[in-house]
Amino acid sequence: MSTLKLALLCRGDDDFTLSLDTALSGSGVTGIFGSSGSGKTTLLNCIAGLRRAEVGSSIVWGENVWQDESTFMPTWQRQTGVVFQDGRLFPHLNVQQNLRYAADRCRSGKTAAAWDKVVLWLQLQPLLARLPETLSAGQRQRVAIARALLSNPALLLLDEPMANLDHAARAECITCLQQVRREMNIPMIYVSHDIEELAQLADDLLILENGRIIEHGSFLDISSRLNTTLAHATNAAAITTGTVVEHDSHYGLSRLNVEGQSIWINLIAATTGQQRRIRIPARDVSICCERPNATSILNILSVTLAEIEESSGPHVLLRLQLGDQFLLARLTRKSAEALNLTRGDALFAQIKSAALLSDLDTNV
Amino acid sequence: MFLSAQEWAAIQLTLMLATVTTTILIAIGTPLAWWLANRRNNLTALIEALVALPLILPPTVLGFYLLIIFAPQTPIGQFWESLTGTQLAFSFSALVIGSVLYSLPFVVQPLQQAFQRVPQTLLSAAATLGATPLDRFRTIVLPLSARSFVTAAALGFAHTVGEFGVVLMIGGNIPGETQVLSIALFDAVESLQFDQAHRLAVGLVVFSIVLLFLLYRSNRSNPWRVDT
Repeated sequence: MSTLKLALLCRGDDDFTLSLDTALSGSGVTGIFGSSGSGKTTLLNCIAGLRRAEVGSSIVWGENVWQDESTFMPTWQRQTGVVFQDGRLFPHLNVQQNLRYAADRCRSGKTAAAWDKVVLWLQLQPLLARLPETLSAGQRQRVAIARALLSNPALLLLDEPMANLDHAARAECITCLQQVRREMNIPMIYVSHDIEELAQLADDLLILENGRIIEHGSFLDISSRLNTTLAHATNAAAITTGTVVEHDSHYGLSRLNVEGQSIWINLIAATTGQQRRIRIPARDVSICCERPNATSILNILSVTLAEIEESSGPHVLLRLQLGDQFLLARLTRKSAEALNLTRGDALFAQIKSAALLSDLDTNV
Repeated sequence: MFLSAQEWAAIQLTLMLATVTTTILIAIGTPLAWWLANRRNNLTALIEALVALPLILPPTVLGFYLLIIFAPQTPIGQFWESLTGTQLAFSFSALVIGSVLYSLPFVVQPLQQAFQRVPQTLLSAAATLGATPLDRFRTIVLPLSARSFVTAAALGFAHTVGEFGVVLMIGGNIPGETQVLSIALFDAVESLQFDQAHRLAVGLVVFSIVLLFLLYRSNRSNPWRVDT
């Protein structure tokens, strides 16, 4: 498996400088997160060769040097596919011809990606004869994703592909991408300023701020830590993975097994045995020292208090261990002091079921 | 309407000259316009000015200098003679060279503007799909500027048909060899043959109207636009 080794220095407008030295995973999805102006798109453009990083920078994909002291490989020779925020479909070609354009230029030495499958996954069959200007924003992005896949890149770069989409189109697009991720073994680098979008897709997470890396590691790990900027955002949430165990169509619920305990979520379209991610916002988790009975809360998990973030503000953040995984809980400092919490305490975490709705798989 | 053999020869020569000139103009105008559309420096500004020169320069000035350059005793004239065994001045070849220079802005400018309108974003998207620069030009730039090629060719053709000053200076007035329509018309007026002059003038007016009408109609019905 190839990795993408980056040593980049890229000066932008004003006094902005992108400066990083790291290696990105050559499998799964690496999410690049940051606010606008943090250098996300600049980073992607350097990788794709659409922008030339300063002399001394290097970009190496496995054995292939894309840029170093003596080399600058042009975009069309790099094995990168790019999905742009604005789609960039060719206006004089219909959908089928746009896709054909990519398939005809498919990277040599690799077999062509299966046309039929890509068209199926991205639900493009009814659109093939249409011109781009007649498509909705969501349809255009699905065509753009299919086009990039059909060129058979070694690495797929996605630059805020859903920034211009409404909620429904975004959910649909994410579902398509999740399927692509499951079915095709193609590494992706996914840039977004929306952490909830990344939570649906990313295995690894790299957080950029002012052109520098401030976090880089497994998404699950970073999302459950206390000392990150993510944890201090109002929408802080931990990601956990579980196995689908059963569906209860009478109540419209599905049960997931997470580290031997049960979590009920709204009914999802997944077969039992499949792995799913759920996102549990810190503000929707409350704490009891004894197992509560006679409560309306459906999901009560037995956890261990791993860490408390001390704070002088009105809230404290807890990191709760659930087997090998972690939850975050945000409490008022008053409650935390009243419960007299210390590390290692055995606690019960109550999760409002509604909190689990944000798992986008439920929107299928 | 009766036309004399000399008039027919003038019509044939004019169409031949315009066709050859337009073909050469598209062939050299396309790369020149692409280069001008993609570079911004002092050299391109100078070349742009030179290309635009025939728009403001009296044709006789251009014709005068070409006549001097084409003379048999100059290096260019001698080179031409050693190559072809014929004299360059007062030949059909001289007319073609003069017409190409004279009509250059009418071909280069619409093409340059069309190339500049093709979104760079589409070209970079094509590059990420593995398209080489030439491939991108052929498959993205050319189709998106197709109607400007029609415009450029039509303007180049029509302008060549209508030229007078340059042709008179470097071609003279040799029936069947360098006597084009506009010169035949001038000839007719000079010799007070107004019937003949009317026939030629009306023909040129009708030809120009028809060509421009077809041109504007094709622009109007163009299915996609690249105005962004």
